[in-house]
This record gives sequence, C-alpha cells and structure tokens, in this order.
Amino acid sequence: MRVLEAAGLPTVVIGNARDIVETCGVARFVFLDSPLGNPCGEPFNASEQRWVVRSAVELLASARGPRTTLALPYRWAKGEAWKEKIFSKEQPFLEGEAEQRWLESKEKYKELKAKGAL
Amino acid sequence: MSHVRYIDKTRAYYAGLGYAKPYQWAEFAEVPFAPLTKPLRQARIALVSTSDVAVRGEAEGEEPHGFMVGKVYSIPADTAVERLFTRQEHYDTHATHLDDVNSYFPISRLHELAADGVIGGVAARAHGVYTNYSHRRTLAADGPEVVKRCREDGVDAVVLTPV
Repeated sequence: MRVLEAAGLPTVVIGNARDIVETCGVARFVFLDSPLGNPCGEPFNASEQRWVVRSAVELLASARGPRTTLALPYRWAKGEAWKEKIFSKEQPFLEGEAEQRWLESKEKYKELKAKGAL
Repeated sequence: MSHVRYIDKTRAYYAGLGYAKPYQWAEFAEVPFAPLTKPLRQARIALVSTSDVAVRGEAEGEEPHGFMVGKVYSIPADTAVERLFTRQEHYDTHATHLDDVNSYFPISRLHELAADGVIGGVAARAHGVYTNYSHRRTLAADGPEVVKRCREDGVDAVVLTPV
C-alpha cells in the first residue's frame, strides 16, 4: 500500500481486521465486520459483495486524505458468536495438519533468512 | 458488538501457547496518499491480493511453504473464476470458509462494476504478494514490483484485499 501510494497509485484496502489495518495506517480503508477470510462479504452473496466493492472503488474517488476509514453498516448474518471464540483457548486458530504446515513454514522462513535468501 | 481487537487477542493467545516474543504489527506515523486523478468511471482498476490465490491446474506440485516466502505473482484478470482458489489456511475456519473466491478476491465484482460503467475497466492482470513475515521485504522488493506491473498495465488505482 505504502509503496503504491508513494509512487502515485491510489489504493483502497478492503479488510476485516480493523485494529491491524488502522494501526499500520493506510490511505483508504473499507471495513467490513466479518470473520477472517471474507473481507468482501458472505460467500456466494454476490449482491452483498458488490455493495462492499462498489463502496471501496467509490472511496478511491471521495477520500480527501490518508487514514480514511469507511466502516460499513454490517452484521454477519449468522450472528456474532464468532467474535467471542476467535483466538480463545477453547477454539484453536490452527489445528492438526494446518498447524504443522504453519510450524514448518516458520522453520523454512528462519532457514532462508539465516542464509540471506530473503 | 464492537469489532474484534485482533492485536490484543493474538498477543494473549500466542503468549498462552508459550511464545515469548510478541509479533510486531506494522505501525507507521506517516501514511502516503495519492489522489485519484481521473473520474472513477474512466479509471482502470487492478486487484491485488495480500495472500494466496492460485489457478487450478497450474499450482499443483508447489510445496506449501511457497506461500510464506513466495514472490509477487500475477493472474490474468479474465481467468474463469471457477479456476481460482486459495491454499491459505489462516482464516476463521470455525465461522466461515473460502469456497467463494469473490468473498476475498472480488474479481467478478470488479468486472460487473466495469460492465455497469462505475469504473473504467479492470486491469489485464491481478497480482498477489505474500506477507513473508517481513515488512522490509514487502516495502523494498514486492511493493516496487507490483508498481512496475501496474504501470505496464496502465493502472489508475488499486483495490487491495487480504484473505
């Protein structure tokens, strides 16, 4: 985002981790309060996704300065219980093979970094 | 209910798993801003994913490590959406799924906005960058590469989406 904006290319981020994006600081941000994985709306809900993406491209034109956040009025259709459970001890974020792959990726990253390949 | 505080939640979660050093999220005092210099209905928009999006039939055989440390990749914007998928596993698996590419890589939605005349067009290629756990690499190598490819395609503005 930073490199693109500095080169003169306007950007808009569509995301659902509001604190992470706003801590980083971006030029334009459309925030949808949905679970991680679906920043542009519910799967297979094309009209909802179109509303989100249209809001984003319109913000490209309407924002007047950096750190412009548009928080869309939104509620995840299946309720908000996911907010309580995400990253809790009761519900691991990664399990089984996915966790193993993540740990292996981290080791691989450390190796490459040590070799100066990154 | 207000939005999830992921930074606080993940710090507590990974500390509970025994990780001593908390992840340092990016934080910048100064944020660059480029205005859109032409009307939206004339602007050519590129889609950039900050995660993994792959094309079925072309991605097989790649080791899963690829998506932690991979380089910038490009996908023709007219690729049939049924062929697109992600190998990303870091999302809320308990609440949702990634079976609909457009819920995180809204390429069909951009084509529709172009057909409706809301935007001028969709750039010939969409691009992807990986987080690589390295802010430095994103800023020094991957960012400039995306700028170069966008310039080649005559891009006026960019929509960025994570998975």
